[in-house]
Amino acid sequence: MTVSHSPHSAQSNNHRTAEEIGRTPAGPRELPPLGQQRAADEPEHVDTVLASGLRVLAVRKPGAPMVELRMTIPFGSAVADGMHTATAEVLADTITTGTRRRDRVAIDTDLALIGGDLGTAVDPEHLSVSASSLASGLPTLLDVLADLLTEATYADHEVQREATRLVERLAVARTQPRVIAREALQKHRYGDHPYTREVPLPEDVERVTPEAVRALHPAAVLPRGSVLVLVGDIDPQSALAEVEKALGDWRSDVAATELPPLPALEGGDVLLVPRAGAVQSQIRLSAQGLPRTHERYPALQLANLTFGGYFSSRLVENIREDKGYTYGAHSGFEFTDGAAMVQVDADTASDVTAAALLETRYELGRLGLVPPTEAEVESVRQYATGALLIGSASQAGLANQLIGLASVGLGLDWLRGQPGRLAAVTTEQVAEAALEFFAPTRFTGVVVGDADLLGPQLEALGGVRIADRQL
Amino acid sequence: MAEPVLHRLTLDNGLRVVLAPDRSAPVVGVSVHYDVGFRSEPEGRTGFAHLFEHLMFQGSESLEKLAHFRHVQGSGGSFNGSTHPDYTDYFEVLPSAALERALFLEADRMRAPKLTQENLANQIDVVKEEIRLNVLNRPYGGFPWILLPPVLYDTFPNAHNGYGDFTDLEQATLDDCAAFFDTYYAPANAVLTVAGDIEVDHARELIEKHFGDVPARPRPERPSFAEPRPTRELRDTHVDPHAPLPALAVGYRMPDPIGELDAYLAHLVLASVLVDGDGARLQQRLVHGEPLVTDINAGAGLFGPFEARDPDTFSITAMHTPDVGVDRILGAVDEELESLAAQPPTSDELARVTARWSAMLHSEHDRLVNRTLGLGSFELLYGDPSLLHGAADRIAAVSAEQVSQAAKNLRPDSRAVLLVEPAQGGAQ
Repeated sequence: MTVSHSPHSAQSNNHRTAEEIGRTPAGPRELPPLGQQRAADEPEHVDTVLASGLRVLAVRKPGAPMVELRMTIPFGSAVADGMHTATAEVLADTITTGTRRRDRVAIDTDLALIGGDLGTAVDPEHLSVSASSLASGLPTLLDVLADLLTEATYADHEVQREATRLVERLAVARTQPRVIAREALQKHRYGDHPYTREVPLPEDVERVTPEAVRALHPAAVLPRGSVLVLVGDIDPQSALAEVEKALGDWRSDVAATELPPLPALEGGDVLLVPRAGAVQSQIRLSAQGLPRTHERYPALQLANLTFGGYFSSRLVENIREDKGYTYGAHSGFEFTDGAAMVQVDADTASDVTAAALLETRYELGRLGLVPPTEAEVESVRQYATGALLIGSASQAGLANQLIGLASVGLGLDWLRGQPGRLAAVTTEQVAEAALEFFAPTRFTGVVVGDADLLGPQLEALGGVRIADRQL
Repeated sequence: MAEPVLHRLTLDNGLRVVLAPDRSAPVVGVSVHYDVGFRSEPEGRTGFAHLFEHLMFQGSESLEKLAHFRHVQGSGGSFNGSTHPDYTDYFEVLPSAALERALFLEADRMRAPKLTQENLANQIDVVKEEIRLNVLNRPYGGFPWILLPPVLYDTFPNAHNGYGDFTDLEQATLDDCAAFFDTYYAPANAVLTVAGDIEVDHARELIEKHFGDVPARPRPERPSFAEPRPTRELRDTHVDPHAPLPALAVGYRMPDPIGELDAYLAHLVLASVLVDGDGARLQQRLVHGEPLVTDINAGAGLFGPFEARDPDTFSITAMHTPDVGVDRILGAVDEELESLAAQPPTSDELARVTARWSAMLHSEHDRLVNRTLGLGSFELLYGDPSLLHGAADRIAAVSAEQVSQAAKNLRPDSRAVLLVEPAQGGAQ
């Protein structure tokens, strides 16, 4: 039987075979060696704390005629107030809808004229602002930011409209498998700790009042403990002066509230969370790791990369490239202000989920027992170093790196020093970190999927508990 | 900022090369664009261009399976590939010490990829997982890029699902792969782009050394995918088992993105006047004023601008609650388009939109990976990589009348409307 090709197909009928295509008369060739790598230039920068307690980090990074702005404000007021998550989310969505000087459209217009965009987001730990504009528009960008921070009005109709939209968006978010899996993992790992309250409940959002949002702002949107990062085609000293001028009125004696520390994560059974009709399952495993300030972090970072932190890792080569169980498996760090967790995730078809979990556990055990070889360590060391270089090569990339570091008290020095620390890690140190931190018994987690199909297989595999709640 | 100097050359085997030196950071970007995308895949083989993209990572004469990934990442770099309607790209970004290695890797798979039955079977499984992840197991999967084209277009190349049906993917054979490679992956059908921390003469030598002996093969004739515009409104409904809220996508035909570039750019500006920012017309009216929708978007091309030849799609998408009738939303969109058709946008509106476009393009191209890929696709589609840096000025030169004309072009009697309906009748 022949396959009929469409009239559009230009494919030749007398092509070579696959085998003929794969070889040439000259035969295989030698991989060229790496050349000499030069280091990135040291950028001009200032890193200082203003009288208001706001830390400002401004870096000159020419390239595009742009400036990138990132800000994080500790926002961990969740402890006492069960409504905090919902109120905070509505605040983040409404803060850009009007101030005493500008209404919603005026804010957008002033930003547009400087090629600007500004977005806000909130999580259990932080309120974040991410913005950019043409570098020449920095004074306007800072003026709009100051306006939002000090004079946001939260008009009744804007709060109500944003709350309504938020409820609609939450309905969509809670049908995303990754959101479902994340909520299940948070609850399984940390119970009712405020860190787990990432996405508010719609019934709470419906109860948020404009008064509550207006009260939360002065109580929680505070400079002391917050960080502002500017990266771009700017002079750091004059940018700092612009910040001081624009944000001079943003003051408070009270410091922004940090979230209470998380309890240490302990290993335990994986929870199977049923999701009817799922054609694919989410595997999410987690264990306690080390923060970036810890002296063993570089070794742990290299162990993690070898396990599942990049494409050429043991986990990806096993469950994707060898077995075809998944499109993407990944292992990485989740950093909080005080700690770090190792996260392993993969989405797999229902019929191979149990097998994929088995292979994942096997690779966790193997990392400690058959530790990373010299060649594996060399590869991940190059990768980790290169990723830092590539990340900091763009304005937005450098701004993202710095805000992540700055919110745990680090800065450019850490970034500049990390290649050296990675270079100093020995194969033995990576093996020690692998054995200690990747032991399968240290992990807990969830599998979300079709419980009828998965249940018997996962029970047979062991170390899995089936939840009674249907999602 | 001074416009970067671009160098173009063509090797004897027909490979086009774009060089874009920029010594500001010690990193390089390398990409290869092949002039074949999913519009060219044969009937009965939906998803084949994308499946083949996966196979190009599975080894070549000098590189065992997994070696490509290991060599890129083990040199400190990252890689990827993506399949578009009209082209397929492969790329790496690396510390500049790895430039020659990246060129070697790309040349080796352009010369002699190792296409095996085992890797084909493995990658069919991987692609099916990718489709489950991005389409089948999530709400609004494939909305609108898979769902809208079959409503707006009639012919197979324009209408079919570029991710592919599982039955088609499972039937792909090794011989299909060989035919596809020999036909479309000729050096004369490709563009190599090298950007970043390079010395131009040295880069030229390395390119000649590694790509110079890739044997020449004929450049395939590029078919026209032209088809008539619809002569009425076409509607269809897709029932989504995971979606909690209804959504709609409206698709219109656009001017030829290459042959009628300025009219095409006017559509980009129009999209921004309609939906970019809280001051935009449809945002003000439909999200905040009346309000009828949760979110609304509009844009040229289902994957972004400057990435397809004719015919290309202008789309408006919105998500809304079940109590809002679709015809009220469409009616409001039509009124805003009629208003712009009758009365061009103000100079203030245009100034806002063009400043944002300029900043957005600067920002996007500040990332080396985007700059490398953009130069390659402008060379491939337009024969002019300098459009990457010139696009902002061309957009700024679009007149209010041209935007008005674009609004006139988006006619209710020549469009497709796709409705997404939640399977269980809405939010639970």
